[in-house]
Parts: sequence; C-alpha cells; structure tokens
Amino acid sequence: MPLLSLRAVSRDFDVSKPWLERALEREPRRLLRAVDSVDLEVNPGETLALVGESGSGKSTVARLIVGLYAPTSGTVSFSGRRMQMIFQDPYASLNPRWRVHDIVAEPMRILKTKKEVGELLRQVGLAAEDAERYPHEFSGGQRQRISIARALAGEPDLLVCDEPTSALDVSVQAQILNLMTELQRRLGLTYVFISHNLAVVSQVADRVGVMYLGRIVEIAPARELFSHPRHPYTRMLLDAVPDLALSGRPRTPVAGEVPNPLDPPSGCAFNPRCPHANERCRTEKPALIDNVACHAVAEGRI
Amino acid sequence: MTLEVKGLKVEFPSRRGTLTALDGISLSIERGEVLGVVGESGAGKSLTGLSIIGLLEPPGRIAAGEILLEGKRIDHLPPEEMRRIRGRRIGMVFQDPLTSLNPLFTIGQQLEETIVTHLALGKAAARERALSLLREVGIPAPEARYGNYPHQFSGGMRQRVVIALAIAAEPVLLIADEPTTALDVSIQAQIITLLKRLARDHGTAVMLITHDMGVIAETSQRVAVMYAGRVVEVGPVREVIKAPLHPYTVGLMGSIPKISMEKTRLIQIDGAMPRLNAIPPGCAFNPRCPKRFARCLAERPDPIAVGARAAACWLHAAS
Repeated sequence: MPLLSLRAVSRDFDVSKPWLERALEREPRRLLRAVDSVDLEVNPGETLALVGESGSGKSTVARLIVGLYAPTSGTVSFSGRRMQMIFQDPYASLNPRWRVHDIVAEPMRILKTKKEVGELLRQVGLAAEDAERYPHEFSGGQRQRISIARALAGEPDLLVCDEPTSALDVSVQAQILNLMTELQRRLGLTYVFISHNLAVVSQVADRVGVMYLGRIVEIAPARELFSHPRHPYTRMLLDAVPDLALSGRPRTPVAGEVPNPLDPPSGCAFNPRCPHANERCRTEKPALIDNVACHAVAEGRI
Repeated sequence: MTLEVKGLKVEFPSRRGTLTALDGISLSIERGEVLGVVGESGAGKSLTGLSIIGLLEPPGRIAAGEILLEGKRIDHLPPEEMRRIRGRRIGMVFQDPLTSLNPLFTIGQQLEETIVTHLALGKAAARERALSLLREVGIPAPEARYGNYPHQFSGGMRQRVVIALAIAAEPVLLIADEPTTALDVSIQAQIITLLKRLARDHGTAVMLITHDMGVIAETSQRVAVMYAGRVVEVGPVREVIKAPLHPYTVGLMGSIPKISMEKTRLIQIDGAMPRLNAIPPGCAFNPRCPKRFARCLAERPDPIAVGARAAACWLHAAS
C-alpha cells in the first residue's frame, strides 16, 4: 500500500483584482490553476522527486501534501502517522530568538530531554553542545542540518523537502545530500524531494515526476527517465543541463519560455515550445498514458 | 590585454582590526575572451568585480595592487572619471535584472538614455541603435516591446534587456556577476549562448562571475577558482575540469552533482570556508585539505605555474 497518494488533485488560487475594482471594470473573477489534476503515489522507503521550472506547481504540490494548502478538488491520503517538511531557506525557517534546543524539541509531543536533542544533533553531524546556541551562530549548511534534526524529532514516516539544498553552496550541498541519503538508509525514511536541479535529483531519487505548468508530464523510475527521457519537455530539460564532462555534446537550443499560467495555451501546455506539436496538440490536452502525457509519444511519432 | 589585475588587495578596516577580503588577486582577460571566476559564497568573487568597476563600498578600500584597463591604470581614478568609464568602457550585468532597471521608465527610454550619455548620437539615431540592440539580444518584436516597462517582461527577457544596456556603448570589458543564477535552466542556456556570441562578435572581454561550474564549462576559455579571498587555481577550463591541480578544486568538482543513472555518494569537502577574521595561518584551505603537510600549516603558497595553469598549493612546488 502506498504511504501517500494524490488522486486528481487540483489547486486554484484567486488572483482577481479587489472586489470594487472588479465590479467597476466589470471583470470576472480570475483563477490561477497552480496544480491541475495530479495523480501521485509514494511508496514507503522511496524517494520521489518532483522537478520543474519556476511556476510548474512543484512547491504547491509539496504544500498540498503537508496540508498547508487544501486541495480545490481531489484527495490527498496518507497512511503513515506523521510527516515533516524541510524548507529551502534555512535563514527564514528557524526562529532567530530560539535556542537550537527549543527549535529541535518543538515538534516532539513530550518535551525531549537534553540527551535526546543532543542525540538528534549528533545524527545530523552537529555537536550536542550546539543545542545552547542560536541560529545566527551557524552557517547556511549547519542551519539546514538543524532543520533536518527538527524534522526528525517528530519521528516522521514522510519528509517533504522543498528545494532543501538550493540556497547552499555546492560543497555544502554535497554534505547535505549525503546526509539525507544516509539518514534514509538508517531510519527507513520516505522522501518527497522537490527540486529544479535535475543533476541533484539524479543523485537522490528512486522515481522522478516532471512537472510543467501544474501537470505531471512524465513520471518514471530515475534510471529510466535519465537514460530514456520520453516527453519532449523532459528531453529539453536534460539538454539544458550544462555539460561538465565536456563531451562536446551538441546542445539543442531551447526556444521560448514557460507561458503565463493565467493564460495557458490550449491543448498541451508545452505545444508552443514543442518541435513535435501538431493540430491535435494545440487543441486536446494529453492525458497521462503509460506515464507520459504527450500525444506525439502516444501516437508513436517520437 | 583588455584587463589586467595585479596583486589586488582589498581591506575592510573594522574596530577589531583590519579584515583582508582579497589577498593578492592577479588576473588577466584578453580581447574576446571569457574568463570564468568561480567560488563559493564569501570567496571574494563579487568583490573582485566590484573593485574593478570602482564600486567598492566604503570602508572597503584597495590597499595594494593595480587594475589596468587596456594598459592604463583605473584603480586610483577620481570617482567622476571612473563614472565615465563605467557603462562606456566597462559594462555590467548583475544577478537580479530588476535591480539594474528603473521600474518607472520604459526600457526604450532607459536604453536611449544610456546611448545618449555615452555616445554622440541624436535622438533618432539612439532609437535606431536601441532597437538594433534589442534585436541583437533576442527580444522578439523589439518595436512592440520598446514602450514596455520592466515589469511587463519575464525574468529571462529582463536579463536580455540588462545585457543590451550593458553593451549599449560597445564596452571593451563586460563584467557579469551571476547573470544566470536567478533564471530557470532552459532560459539559462539561452543567456549563456548570448554572452558567448557577444564576446565572439564584438571582441568584448567578459569576466563571468558565478558559483556554477557548469555555466563556466559552457562559456569560458579560462577559469579562475577563488577561495577565501585568493585565486587558488587558474587555467584553461578544460584542463581545470578534467584534472584539477588544487585540492580545493578537486573537492569542488567532485561535489557538483552530475546526471547519473545510479544514486551515488558525492565527494564532499568537510567543514566550511573560514570567515575573514579567522583565516588560518599558512594555506587558508589547510584545515579542510586531505593532502596537507607541515609546510601548508606554516607558509601561505602563492600561485605556482604548472604548464598553462597556476595553482597556489605546495604540492606543486618544485622540490
């Protein structure tokens, strides 16, 4: 049984002008669909990554999972006991007036002792004595370790990580990614890992879902997705990753930008940028068939 | 040589003594060359850029060294003269395009103003030039977008406008500080291609400051790796990436995630870069270095030439 499942989950945001202005200008209400009928399952012990560019709805999915947003339609069901979230910015997510001990002990039902907090801090590579210090005394990487210790304090089954290493330098990012992998192995954690960075995702994920303008366009085991990307958007994203191996691999120049979500293109949202788009793509929204939402793939055109 | 920096030292006097933020930086960029400057936060890469364009915030000051633009010293010029060089001979692109654009003026007005300030052109000619610049940086339908305000552009398009502003007066040197960091990967690739083309077509020397080695691999001919206010390794990009000399570069390259089919453990450099007030004696990297030996704890290495490269590491000293 999956630990977490999302069934046809959508979420709209009201971005209308203030009521009076709208009444005077006779404008209708404007809704922005940030997440559009997303189906997902997360199995115990695995890491599911969601990748996409800004505005793809990946962070909204994270917030829907932990209940910070309620879905407009669809259901989110969780069969575990507890979940925790790790945020991108370790400067904003820790209360600067609290000592580390209080930050880490907060999610615990019964106030934990010094010894238990010290143990948690040691697990994430900090010292037990660090419990007496304040967040400003730590570097970005160390703060993210504190966030992880706090998340672990609640003994969660599921950790939802929203860009946990995006604000960190690469050498520190490597430390945090290694730590997360280690903790997963040791504690049997399940991760939902949100990131815009495909290379990071390839290092941590078991399965990857690619999002574009609120929809999942492709979802597959990581190895499959990175070796045989099927959706044209996934291929484009992989092509855009800078080539550090200096293989001289020719880069397909990517045209265009993510369209305005207030005024999404008809049919497949990717069609204005897609080299394979035809009439059907411009009119009919593709459904996720065999884990890819693309007419060209379904018809065997690519 | 378009730009030469020799032994640049930048200090910040403070109540608790003087902090040395840049300690003997030497760099050079040729006409049409893209030099990548890479390092983690606090390594001093942005400060190097700011020192070159004369925008060092007081109390920071250049304590030693020289900066030469086409052979002439520019590090001791009065502010008024330096202001004429900025924009005219040195163009700048920063990370956040919104901070470089005035929200109250259309992009056409901003471009025209820049062109008229730096070049002896009339209004009609300036407009003509502004339009051709917008076309050159890849803004679709420039005539239609000419009267638009910055907020009407997307992030990638704004960065293109900023680049158009930076090259408006055909500068000999372009300093781009994290120009792609705020952008999505697909847009990032477009901006990289644009910068490369500009350097090639106009012979502009480009200093590309970024934390992202991938961006440098795609654009630059040479790269300078910075750590704790010093250049620890400099050389052709291909060589530095394939066979780094300095242990810090080795760690940095290893810690960059690459697309892989397997979940792997990344190479990590333990610890963090020292703060400016706590730079250890000897080599600044020694507490984190897996290869340190006695000399590293006592003496600070200067760059040592190794073929086309130089590395500030005692491992490469001629014994």
